[in-house]
Amino acid sequence: MPESKIIKIKKGLNIKLEGEAEKIFIKEPLAETYAVKPTDFRAVVPKLDVQVKEEVLAGTRLFHDKKNPKINFVSPISGRVEAINRGERRRIIEIIIRADKEIRYKQFEKIELENISKTDLINKLLKAGLWPFIQQKPFNLIANPDDKPKVIFVSGFDSSPLAPDYDFILHDEKKSFQKGIDVLTKLASGKIHLGVNARFPLSKLFKQLKGVEIHEFLGPHPSGNVGIQIHHINPINKGEKVWFVNPQDVVTIGRFVEKGVYDASKIIALCGSEILKPRYYKIINGTSIKNIIKDNITQNKLRFITGNVLTGTKIQSKGYLGFYDSQITVIPEGDQYKFMAWVAPGFKKYSNSRTFFSGLIPRKKYKLDANLNGEERSFVVSGQYEKVFPMKIFPVFLLKAILANDIEKMEKLGIYEVCEEDFALCEFVCSSKIKVQSIISKGIDMMLKEMN
Amino acid sequence: MKSLRRYVDRIKPNFQEGGKYEKLQSTFEAFEAFLFVPNKTSQIGTHIHDAIDMKRTMAIVVFALLPATLFGIYNIGYQHFVSLNEIYTVGFWQIFWFGFIEFLPLVVVSYVVGLTIEFASAQIRGHKVNEGYLVTGMLIPLIMPVDVPLWMLAVAIAFAVILGKEIFGGTGMNIFNPALVARAFIFFSYPSQMSGTSVWIADKPDAFSGATPLSNIALGNLSMPDFHDLFFGFIPGSIGETSTFCILIGALILLITGIASFKIMFSVFLGGYFMSLVVNFTNINFYSQIPAYEHLLLGGFAFGAVFMATDPVTASQTNTGKYIYGFLIGLLAILIRVVNPAYPEGMMFAILIMNLFAPLIDHYIVQANINKRLKRQT
Repeated sequence: MPESKIIKIKKGLNIKLEGEAEKIFIKEPLAETYAVKPTDFRAVVPKLDVQVKEEVLAGTRLFHDKKNPKINFVSPISGRVEAINRGERRRIIEIIIRADKEIRYKQFEKIELENISKTDLINKLLKAGLWPFIQQKPFNLIANPDDKPKVIFVSGFDSSPLAPDYDFILHDEKKSFQKGIDVLTKLASGKIHLGVNARFPLSKLFKQLKGVEIHEFLGPHPSGNVGIQIHHINPINKGEKVWFVNPQDVVTIGRFVEKGVYDASKIIALCGSEILKPRYYKIINGTSIKNIIKDNITQNKLRFITGNVLTGTKIQSKGYLGFYDSQITVIPEGDQYKFMAWVAPGFKKYSNSRTFFSGLIPRKKYKLDANLNGEERSFVVSGQYEKVFPMKIFPVFLLKAILANDIEKMEKLGIYEVCEEDFALCEFVCSSKIKVQSIISKGIDMMLKEMN
Repeated sequence: MKSLRRYVDRIKPNFQEGGKYEKLQSTFEAFEAFLFVPNKTSQIGTHIHDAIDMKRTMAIVVFALLPATLFGIYNIGYQHFVSLNEIYTVGFWQIFWFGFIEFLPLVVVSYVVGLTIEFASAQIRGHKVNEGYLVTGMLIPLIMPVDVPLWMLAVAIAFAVILGKEIFGGTGMNIFNPALVARAFIFFSYPSQMSGTSVWIADKPDAFSGATPLSNIALGNLSMPDFHDLFFGFIPGSIGETSTFCILIGALILLITGIASFKIMFSVFLGGYFMSLVVNFTNINFYSQIPAYEHLLLGGFAFGAVFMATDPVTASQTNTGKYIYGFLIGLLAILIRVVNPAYPEGMMFAILIMNLFAPLIDHYIVQANINKRLKRQT
């Protein structure tokens, strides 16, 4: 492999939290229930293909996208559809499946990558429900199989707080990962771009990988965000599409090619200050977290998150892992009043500003809760977001363009290059407590509406 | 603290919609949030949040103003007793106490008038009370001459808060620095009372000059106090503006905590120094002959650079823009001071003018980014 140039990301922030997962694998027995949540997929309008009580296999279609009926979403597990939960306006929020004792897979045809045409390959992935793993920028949508992506990107590391270590997770998945990359190479008709963390030596797996171009990134979070990496290598212009796949999803695709089944097992990190023994768990995607956290959490009032503390989704203690997530984080809820906390010296407080004494004597790790630590205000302090936003984009100007519903301005200021997760740190450091990610979501929804 | 919390929870319903005092809801909530950081947790977006909030931010600025304020109070007394020629007969505490008694009414008027308007407009709009006035309310007395009549101060504050800020939508939306709007209002509305020699020293005998160093020159007394007095601030002037030394301590606090922009602060001084050097080469008048570094100690230059120009709302928002914005403030302040000696308040004008131009500076910088993106596309 040729030596690549290291791309330095200077802006950003590593928030050091308590409760990092210890590098110990636990093979979790099957959970009682699993769920697929249509809300995990932006802009997908689910059309159900199963009914309650229907028997399904792992790989049976549960629903498809009304707008693009080729895109199927399948059951990760065999069992019986237990419930279809709906939210406001009868929107489907989750399809719950009660699992069999042992998984029975729906058998698909095996794929011989050397002989298959690109169209056939796409159709097979679509049919077996693997396509949703292939996402596109801009806007983190499921890729449109009819598009021609500029490049396909895989970020080989996650820099967010308490993120799982992919070198560790992927250690035993060398063959499947390579197979997955081979599939992507076929789709891209070219090399796959792989972003890796320059802080650590390249893992053996990545070193031996064929068909990838490696880009090394050095710097704090969000250097692991695929959007940031694309911005620094090959920024997205209007009308262009870049596809990206999460590392574990590459493995799932690879396994499908090898075995001809939808095997959605993956490894997640169970982490956070309120987890007694933070470890890695081998589970099936969409699992209920009920058994995993059992006897492993503190007695406090807790917040359960599928994903990380910056971009994850709040779930119940019996909630389900999100489709693209590789970690479950548990932190204190923190819904207490804090007396005069804004004048206190704050030795234990964590702040990216230097306005607390903790700035003078930093702790190794902090325990943060879900309290907003203040009230929402209008934009006052400037320059705050820029310190944690490593893109050549003016974050506040873009946000204001969105708030003003000015689509033309949004385009000009770079809406195609950003997604919510890239703004997560801005929201974290904001002294006005502005819901930055929600504003970006609003902007993206506006763009999608405009483009249709 | 639990009993206090219980008390607040008990009286809270009175101040909510339908309660006895519902008109005071914003006011109540402001005081409640002052005592207790709310128990609200994040429901969407990031689950964790930085410990800093607007209150902390503003409190740090007020804290940074303390050295200049304390010295200002002392200097009120000091100038008074110097004018009476009694300075060697009174003790430190007597001097300080005199200053304190003179200063207190200004602060009280400032906060009472300003906060009343803030609370009222928050209630009308159904907003939360913003903390911005905590700083503005402290800044305004500090940039006033000590003998400003209280009613004038009250009118100026009402003008600044209503027309300078609230009609734009409150803190964060205003174009001009509200404290400077108050100062400009008073300067133009009551010129006879507000300039010249009469207002800078409290209860001075009529015979004593009492002009600030800059107005002294305008009067034809072509002399300057020595460097020590200038730097440490033992000169007549607006209350908080005289001691460059104490202002620099404040600057240090703001820069260490990262609350104020180093880019702006530094470039204001740079712009001022540069312009002072330039005018040194000319021979327009006596002002142009003042050594460059002394220009930076005079006429509230340092105070403006550290506490006024750095107001994030009215300054340039982009990082490059901040350098340009700051540099031009420094430059204009000295230019106005030298070329038009009727306005020793050059700093005030310079900042207000640049407040006006800050959005334009940002516009060009953002446009450059847009053009780069467009160019990449083709």
